[in-house]
Amino acid sequence: MSSTAEPLAISVNGLTKRFGFKTVVDQFSLEVERGQIYGFLGPNGSGKTTTIRMLCGLLIPDAGHGSCLGHDIRTESWAIKQRVGYMTQKFSFYDDLTIRENMDFVARLYGLPGRKAKVAAALERLGLADRRDQLAGTLSGGWKQRLALAACILHEPSLLLLDEPTAGVDPKARRAFWDEIHTLAADGMTVLVSTHYMDEAERCHRIAYLAYGRLVANGTVAEVVRGAGLTAWHVTGPDHRIAVLAKQLEGRPGAEMVAPFGATLHVSGPDPHALDEAVAPFQSESGLTWRRGDPTLEDAFIHLMRGTEDHFAPGGRR
Amino acid sequence: MNGPRFSLARLLAVVVKEFIQMRRDRLTFAMMIGIPVLQLILFGYAINGDPRQLPTAVLSQDNSTVSRAILAGLQNSTYFRITVLADNVAQVDRLLDQGAVQFAIEIPVGFERRLLRGEMPALLVMADATDPAATGNALGGLRQIVDSALAPLLTGPLSGLAPSPSPVELRVHRRYNPEGLTQYNIVPGLMGTILTMTMIVMTSLAMTREIERGTMENLLAMPVRPIEVMLGKLIPFILAGVVQVVVILSAARLMFGVPMVGDPAVLMLGLLVFIVANLAVGFLFSTVARNQLQAMQMSFFFFLPSILMSGFMFPFRGMPEWAQIVGEALPLTHFLRIVRGVMLKGNSFADVWSDIWAILLFLLVVSVLALTRYRRTLD
Ligand SMILES: Nc1ncnc2c1ncn2[C@@H]1O[C@H](COP(=O)(O)OP(=O)(O)OP(=O)(O)O)[C@@H](O)[C@H]1O
Ligand SMILES: [Mg+2]
Repeated sequence: MSSTAEPLAISVNGLTKRFGFKTVVDQFSLEVERGQIYGFLGPNGSGKTTTIRMLCGLLIPDAGHGSCLGHDIRTESWAIKQRVGYMTQKFSFYDDLTIRENMDFVARLYGLPGRKAKVAAALERLGLADRRDQLAGTLSGGWKQRLALAACILHEPSLLLLDEPTAGVDPKARRAFWDEIHTLAADGMTVLVSTHYMDEAERCHRIAYLAYGRLVANGTVAEVVRGAGLTAWHVTGPDHRIAVLAKQLEGRPGAEMVAPFGATLHVSGPDPHALDEAVAPFQSESGLTWRRGDPTLEDAFIHLMRGTEDHFAPGGRR
Repeated sequence: MNGPRFSLARLLAVVVKEFIQMRRDRLTFAMMIGIPVLQLILFGYAINGDPRQLPTAVLSQDNSTVSRAILAGLQNSTYFRITVLADNVAQVDRLLDQGAVQFAIEIPVGFERRLLRGEMPALLVMADATDPAATGNALGGLRQIVDSALAPLLTGPLSGLAPSPSPVELRVHRRYNPEGLTQYNIVPGLMGTILTMTMIVMTSLAMTREIERGTMENLLAMPVRPIEVMLGKLIPFILAGVVQVVVILSAARLMFGVPMVGDPAVLMLGLLVFIVANLAVGFLFSTVARNQLQAMQMSFFFFLPSILMSGFMFPFRGMPEWAQIVGEALPLTHFLRIVRGVMLKGNSFADVWSDIWAILLFLLVVSVLALTRYRRTLD
């Protein structure tokens, strides 16, 4: 789906942002095609929010350039604001306005024709109609998220920037939320969504992984997992034995990631030989079943995170 | 580059939002109406232009029917309450110095005898005029009090000595502050200071509140121009200011009998310009301050010179030149001239135009500053 006629939804190059002496986003480059759902991942403080703010003109990059929907992020922030919907990480609508008043405010600012009907329809679609006269400040966390999403798609933006939209939302609402996002993307909206949830990452067309302000992985889920170059073992056995085994494997050279998933223990590492050596002493133990498994996305992320720590962490970064 | 023309629809969006928020914020709303009334009552009566039962010392060196009649007349007027019967002049001076009495009245030796001879004896009244408002009315009524106290005595053969012209010379010594202000100066001035304070404080919280509540990020992410936000946030407060003015003017009329000599329309124009100028100052503060506390501090920083150097507290012409220059830059200075001029002297539009113009200039400068200071990004 190459787009020659239409500009890319996001095209940025070398974006850098410093706060004081701290480089929070470092040489960030990304291209996002229209209609894609792009997952944006990375540990806390890795610079996701900062990057998103630069994309919609809320922060001016210290270096680098780029465009959103063909509009320059430095000089055309007004045009970007008209066509981008940005859902902030922290709820930032008005607590002392009702749901409908908040939506009305947004609709008026964007000058939407048929405001009343549009607001009513949006409230209906997101299941907020019954609560429309409730003050936003009295909503539970999940409902606040729904309100925020409803408000930022009200003007039918071409690009949606969502900063951890499902943090603290229950699984059913999360599912509904993602179904909604996929519907919107199918209609041609581009979505960049930051998240800490692996299952959400797996629902994205592509993902970008940020660590310490640097883009360290970028591509489809399979590409990112493959790119991490991990091998893995899955072990099953009695619960108490698995718990002890996890402790025993932890820290052995070669077994970089040791993570229990229910009754199964995932052991993985970048070097197949070292990994095999690390698990060898336990493989003959009775009661334990060993299988070669696929590394998960989470394994890949933890590995990527450690890798960047080694390269850039304390002392390594200016 | 950034953004198209001003949009009324977006302005309306902000105005509607601000109105709803103002309505929901009951306490602030109550304060906007309550504060002026409270302050007016508090200060209005605290600086009551017609205080009574003022403590008075009497040094009577003439124990006669006439002097007793005068003292009784003073008591009956309710302005004076005789608290001390002094023995000598030194005691009288001490009482005045200590502020133990507001007045001291000395009836000299042979007062009655000289009165009956038609020699116009002097009644010496010493007033502590530190606060001229406290003594003004009592002194003003003194002549009449004395005359009517004497009237019943000076009948029959003595009727030739009856008042008009008065048979007594009143010698009034105002101590400490010989000039004196009129009470009417104060209530209109109070309106100016109350408006300055409430208007600035209200809007100084406008942007800092958005920042502290975390709603600023969203506001910045949506397409709205700084001038639309600024006007949208000021307009509801203009109306609040007008309500305050109505409250204050009614109270000034009903409680203090302050007259309205000039054209109310001219006053309203002055008021409107003055209110908007103060709101703009508050908005400027709110674009500079990082939090609500800082915004409050800035408001008070502006408020103090406003009361002290505008001519509200001290006569403007009495200040040194540099202070007058500072004073000229303050909207309250010009507003005081407008409000006193219109209400008390009956000034016309032409008379107050130069002051309105000065406030407009101030408004322009402050608005430009505020709009340049307005944050367009989160940087
Ligand atoms: N205005 C600011 N001034 C100084 N430092 C800041 C500012 N905003 C963000 N930072 C720092 O920049 C770094 C990146 O922050 P950012 O919010 O972009 O991370 P994030 O990836 O969104 O994290 P999270 O997953 O926790 O939301 C953090 O170390 C943060 O402390
Ligand atoms: Mg974040």
